[in-house]
Amino acid sequence: MEHDDIIASSAQRVLSDLADIQTILAAPDDSWRIRLWQAVEEMGLNVAAVPASLDGADIGLQSSLGILRYAGNVALAAPLAETILAGWMLGAAGIALPAGMVAFGQSDFSDCLTLHGDRISGTIARLPFARDCAHIALLAEHGDGLAVVLAPLDKATIEPRGSLAFEPVDRVTFAAAPVIAAAAAPAIFTRETPLLVGSAARAMQIAGALERMLAITIDYAMQRQAFERPISKFQVVQHSIAQLAGETAAALSAAASAAEALEAILAAGRSFDDPELLLELISARIRTAAAAQKGSAIAHQLHGAIGVTRDHILHRLTLHALAWRNDYGNEAQWSERLGQLICAAGPQSLWPLLATR
Amino acid sequence: MLGSRLEFTPLRLPESAQRLRAEVRAFIQAEIDAGLFNPDIPTDDWEIHRQFARKVAARGWIGMTWPKKYGGQERSYLDRYVVNEEMMAANAPNSVYFTADRQSGPTLIKYASERMKAEVLPKIIAGEACFCIGMSEPDSGSDLFAAKCRATRVDGGWKVNGSKIWTTNAHHADYMIGLFRTSPPTKENRRHGLTSLLIDMKAPGITCHLIHQMSGLRDFNQVLFDDVFVSDDHLIGEVDGAWKQATTELAYERSGPERFLETFATLRNLVGLAGSEPDGRTAEAVGRLVAEIHSLRRMSVSVAGMLEAGREPVSEAAIVKDLGTIWEQELPHRVRQAAAYFRRDSENYDHFERVLNFHSRIAPKLTIQGGTTEILRGVIARGLGLR
Repeated sequence: MEHDDIIASSAQRVLSDLADIQTILAAPDDSWRIRLWQAVEEMGLNVAAVPASLDGADIGLQSSLGILRYAGNVALAAPLAETILAGWMLGAAGIALPAGMVAFGQSDFSDCLTLHGDRISGTIARLPFARDCAHIALLAEHGDGLAVVLAPLDKATIEPRGSLAFEPVDRVTFAAAPVIAAAAAPAIFTRETPLLVGSAARAMQIAGALERMLAITIDYAMQRQAFERPISKFQVVQHSIAQLAGETAAALSAAASAAEALEAILAAGRSFDDPELLLELISARIRTAAAAQKGSAIAHQLHGAIGVTRDHILHRLTLHALAWRNDYGNEAQWSERLGQLICAAGPQSLWPLLATR
Repeated sequence: MLGSRLEFTPLRLPESAQRLRAEVRAFIQAEIDAGLFNPDIPTDDWEIHRQFARKVAARGWIGMTWPKKYGGQERSYLDRYVVNEEMMAANAPNSVYFTADRQSGPTLIKYASERMKAEVLPKIIAGEACFCIGMSEPDSGSDLFAAKCRATRVDGGWKVNGSKIWTTNAHHADYMIGLFRTSPPTKENRRHGLTSLLIDMKAPGITCHLIHQMSGLRDFNQVLFDDVFVSDDHLIGEVDGAWKQATTELAYERSGPERFLETFATLRNLVGLAGSEPDGRTAEAVGRLVAEIHSLRRMSVSVAGMLEAGREPVSEAAIVKDLGTIWEQELPHRVRQAAAYFRRDSENYDHFERVLNFHSRIAPKLTIQGGTTEILRGVIARGLGLR
C-alpha cells in the first residue's frame, strides 16, 4: 500500500508539472506530450496494472485507476488511461505491454472484432488516440470464446475523427491484419469487459476534472469582484458552488467505489457478469456522466464569459469531462443494461443487491 | 474545514455487520409475513409502532452503540447503520424509537446529568420511551436561533412558556429535547441565550394540537407550554450555550439512509410492475434510478465510516442530505413517468398507484425536514471556505 501511495503522489506531481493545462494552452506544439510520456515510462505508470511477472509495477486496478483522478485534474490529452488498461488486460492473458502509448478497445457496444488464426478483422468506430499509438490491446471473438489480442495499428486503416474535446477518436478497421500476440481471455471475462473497465477509467477521469473545476471555481468566486464585493459573498453564488461540490463529491465517490469493487471482486475470482460488479461500474458511469454535465454548467455559469475563452483552462476540463462520457458506452445504453439486469432479478432482489457492501 | 478537497473513501461494511443484516432482514420479513405492517405504505397506527418497538428492543437493536453502563452494547456505528437502513428500506414502523436512537439518546449521553441518563436511557433501549424534537416555532424554523419559547429561572428549575410547532409525534412522545430562550442574544453572538432542556411530555401544562398533513398522515403537532416546570437536572449541556452543542449531532442526523430511502418503495414497485423483460425506455429509467440510489448509498456508507472513525464530517453529511433528499423527492415523479405506458386496469397497477400517490404526497416535505436544502447549501459553502 505504501508503494502504491508513492506511485500515486509521484503521478500527481508529474501530471501537474508536465501536463499543466495553462502551459499546454500556451505551448507552440505537442512536444509536452513526448516529455510527459518519457516521465510516465520512467516512473512505470504505463505498467501500473501489469503483473510483476511481466515486469509491471503491479499496484492493482484500484490504485491504477486512482492515478487517473490526477489525469482528470489536468484534463490529460494523452492515452494514459488507455495504456494502463491495455497493460492490465494484456497482463491478465499473460501478454507483455509494449513500450509507448497503447490504445484500448473496443470503445462501444457496436464494435465487433474477430480473430481467425493470427489475423484480426473488424471495426472500432471511435478509438481514442488511435493515430498516436503504435499498438492496441483489444478483446476479440475467437471461435466460441474470447481472445485478448495485441495488434499493431500500422496494419489497420485509420480514418481520423475528432472528439468533442478536439482529440483523436479515430475510425479503425482491421481487414485480416496480423496480430503480435493473442491468448485466450481469462474465464472471468465477458464481451463487455473492455467497456466496463474503460467506463471505470472514464468515471475516475471525469471525477478528477470536476474536482479541479470546483477548486478553480472557488478561487475565481473569491477573487472576482462584482457589485463591490467578491461574488463568493452572494448567497446564490454560494449555493451554486455547493451544488457543484455535491456533483463533484458524487462523482468522486462513485468512481472510487467502482475502482475498489473492481479490484476486490476480481480478486475474489468473480466474473464480469457479477451483478454487484455491474452495479458498481455501471452506476459510476451513469452518475459521473450526469455530474460532468451539471457540474461543468455550474462552473461555467460562475466564471462568466472568461470561462469559454480559449486562454482559460476551464474549457479543457469541461470539454474533456463531456467527451469522456462518449467512450466505452453511452450512459443511456448502460442505464438500459442495468435496468434489464435489475428487472430480470425482480423487485425482491433490488434492495439486497444495493445493500451488498 | 473541507476546502475543495472532497474524499468519500469507499467503505466495505465488515462481515459482522453483514451477518447482522441477515438477522435484521429475517426479523423484518417475519413481521411482514405475520401482517404487522405493509412495506409499501407506512402506517401511523401507533399501536403497531409500539409493538414493533418492543420487538426490536428485545433483539437489542435500540441504542446498540451506547455505553454499556446505560444499557447499551458499545457496538459499532456501522452495525447501527445496517439495522437502520434495513428498517428504512422496508418502511418498518420504527417511529417510537427512531428519533431517540438516532439523536436524542446520543445527545443525552454527551450532555445530560447522570441522573437523567440513568433514568431515561434504559427506557429508550427497552423501546418504551418515545422522543420528539422541539426546534421549530411558529415564528422560527430554519432560523433556529430566533427561538422565543421561554424558560424562566424558578426555584429548583425552570418554567417554560410558549410553543413549538411541526413537532412530529409530540402527541405520542414521552420526552422532548427542545431549545428554549433563557437569555436575550448578545450583540457579539446572536446564537447566545438558548438552552437545551429535557421535557417530560406528560408534565402538567403541556398541550398538543394535531396538525393534519397533505399526505393524510397525522403526526405533526403544535405543542403549547403553559407554566411547565422543568427541574434543574433536566438541563442538557450549558445554560445559554445550546448553539455549541448542535453541530456534531447534525452529521448523524443528515447522512443516514433515511435521507434517500423515504420513497424507495416506489422504485421497488416500479421494478415489480415492469416485469422481468421491460421495454427499453422502462429499463433505461430503472437503470438510471438504481445507479443514482446506489451512488447515494455509497456516499452515505462512506460518511458512516467517517463517523465510526471519530471524525466530524459536517459538510460531507450536508452534501449527502442535499443530494439524497432532492433525489428521493423526485423519485415518485420519475417513477410515474417511467410507468406511463403500463396497463392501468389491473390489481397490480391499483397497488402501484396507491404506493405512488402516497409517496408523491410526502415528497414536498423531504427537502424541508431536518435542515432545508437552503440551510444545507449554506453549511456546504461554509465548509468550502466561502463564508
